[in-house]
Amino acid sequence: MKKEVLIGLLVILPSIIAIAIFVYGFIFWTVRVSTSNWNSFSSLLRGIYHFVGFRNYKRLFQDDRFIKDLWNTLFFTLFFLVGSMSIGLLLAVLVDKGLKGAQVFQNIYLFPMAISFVVTGTVWRWIFAPGIVPSDPQGINLVFKKLGLDQLMWGWYTSTEHIGPFNLALIPVIIAAVWQMSGYTMAMYLAGLRGIPVDIEEAAKVDGASEWQVFWKIKFPLLKPITLSAMIILGHISLKIFDLVFAMTGSGPDFVTDMPSIYMFELTFRSNRYARGSAISIIMLLMVAVVIIPYLVNSMKEEVRR
Amino acid sequence: MRKFVIYLIMVFFAIYYLLPMYVLINTSFKPLSEVDMSTMWNPPKHWSFEGFKKAFSKIGKNLKNSFYLTIPATLISAFLGSINGYVFSKVRFRGDKIVFMLILFGMFIPYQSILFPLIRFLQSIKLYGSIVGLILVHVIYGIPITTLIFRNYYMEVPGELVEASKIDGAGFFTTYTKILFPLSIPAFVVVIIWQFTNIWNEFLFAVTVTSNPEKQPVTVALVNLAGSQVVEWNVQMAGALITALPTILVYIFLGRYFIRGLLAGSVKG
Repeated sequence: MKKEVLIGLLVILPSIIAIAIFVYGFIFWTVRVSTSNWNSFSSLLRGIYHFVGFRNYKRLFQDDRFIKDLWNTLFFTLFFLVGSMSIGLLLAVLVDKGLKGAQVFQNIYLFPMAISFVVTGTVWRWIFAPGIVPSDPQGINLVFKKLGLDQLMWGWYTSTEHIGPFNLALIPVIIAAVWQMSGYTMAMYLAGLRGIPVDIEEAAKVDGASEWQVFWKIKFPLLKPITLSAMIILGHISLKIFDLVFAMTGSGPDFVTDMPSIYMFELTFRSNRYARGSAISIIMLLMVAVVIIPYLVNSMKEEVRR
Repeated sequence: MRKFVIYLIMVFFAIYYLLPMYVLINTSFKPLSEVDMSTMWNPPKHWSFEGFKKAFSKIGKNLKNSFYLTIPATLISAFLGSINGYVFSKVRFRGDKIVFMLILFGMFIPYQSILFPLIRFLQSIKLYGSIVGLILVHVIYGIPITTLIFRNYYMEVPGELVEASKIDGAGFFTTYTKILFPLSIPAFVVVIIWQFTNIWNEFLFAVTVTSNPEKQPVTVALVNLAGSQVVEWNVQMAGALITALPTILVYIFLGRYFIRGLLAGSVKG
């Protein structure tokens, strides 16, 4: 082996070992805990490992709360993706027109990315606090009342209304999450739009294409890799969302805004049910892995080809 | 006319993005006597620092903890990322792509899936509940993103530059300190801003690795403050503003680099 390769390997060795232990070793450890009977503090103290197979997983799938969590994650992810990506794309196109002051708008749209989900949650919690409807509303309901839009007042994240398995209380949480991440999506699309050569657009215009056609027929297809990246990045954030919901609403009445991460947190850190908490975290890992692994493999393959 | 419509949409969304900021600033400068649900949208009649004083007395020490945590963790992980990035961009070895991918996967995992072992491990090496323990955690789980940003950056540095330095007889470390390091100041700025923001804003590790309120970072203190001062919204909002201020300042003054860091998160950069 060449000397420089050897030195190179030695340099990255600490990082490789750290990742091997702290990522892969610990995941394996969590899997092991998730198949144990460690569902009380005393069983953990005794430290005797009893393998119970998939019993903790089975219990979860028979648990109404966990089923609700999965539905909530699904709908949250769906609407969060659609909201962030459509707003992100729209804003990118508008900002890209380069009108006077566009830069200022761009900075305004992006600044929520600098703020902690915990801060976001604290502020939006107050904005969406419903007060007493209809007599003594507060927050956004108060604005609706003052505007005479009384019919728009409702319980927001305290509401237990639902359409099928979709809890309407998720709507304010989705609005807050879109607020935080749509600027980021805009930045991704903006980078993509600016990478499209001007002559492609001009050639199309010479051929008589309208601006609308140029966008949907030429630009949007060229943005496909960005759309994919955005979906993956936003998707993996929403599948494991924790801080925002924890700070904004918590589980909510009847678990209307509960998420697997919150249930996991309560099981592991509030009621010492380590095994079942671990089982949830492994399910979360699998959900994220399904999205991320093909993406990573694909980007690496592309690099090899280059 | 068309311009008008574009501006109209842009202003509409600007209001959406600035609305929480309005509520935040508006409420945090009100004295407690003015904190009333029915007037929450009105600006303060008397501007007051009452909320800030009270919030600061509650979370001031946590703010300090956050600085003690964020600054060392950011600097160490930036250095580590830089040296890793050098190797992954300029040294070819068998399986390098696979190893790099396995490292990258670490930045996408839900940290819940390593949390219980991590805490047991920190307890066993007596770092549980300490700022040093949290620094270690952030340095390790920061390896994937910092390595990625530096690797992408060094990929653009021509290989000939590195080769020429070697032909001149420079070794691995000399090449790094003399050729790559001086070139990588922009990448350092991006990584430092990115890590600073992320570590400052982080909550899950902060709330689970530290249990003593004296040692907790400011994000945890804010959640506790918001949970305990239920009626004193001015204190809550002042606390939220104090928590957000350092990263907002970073964004205002170094926004350009911040955006580059954001985009680097999408693997291909």
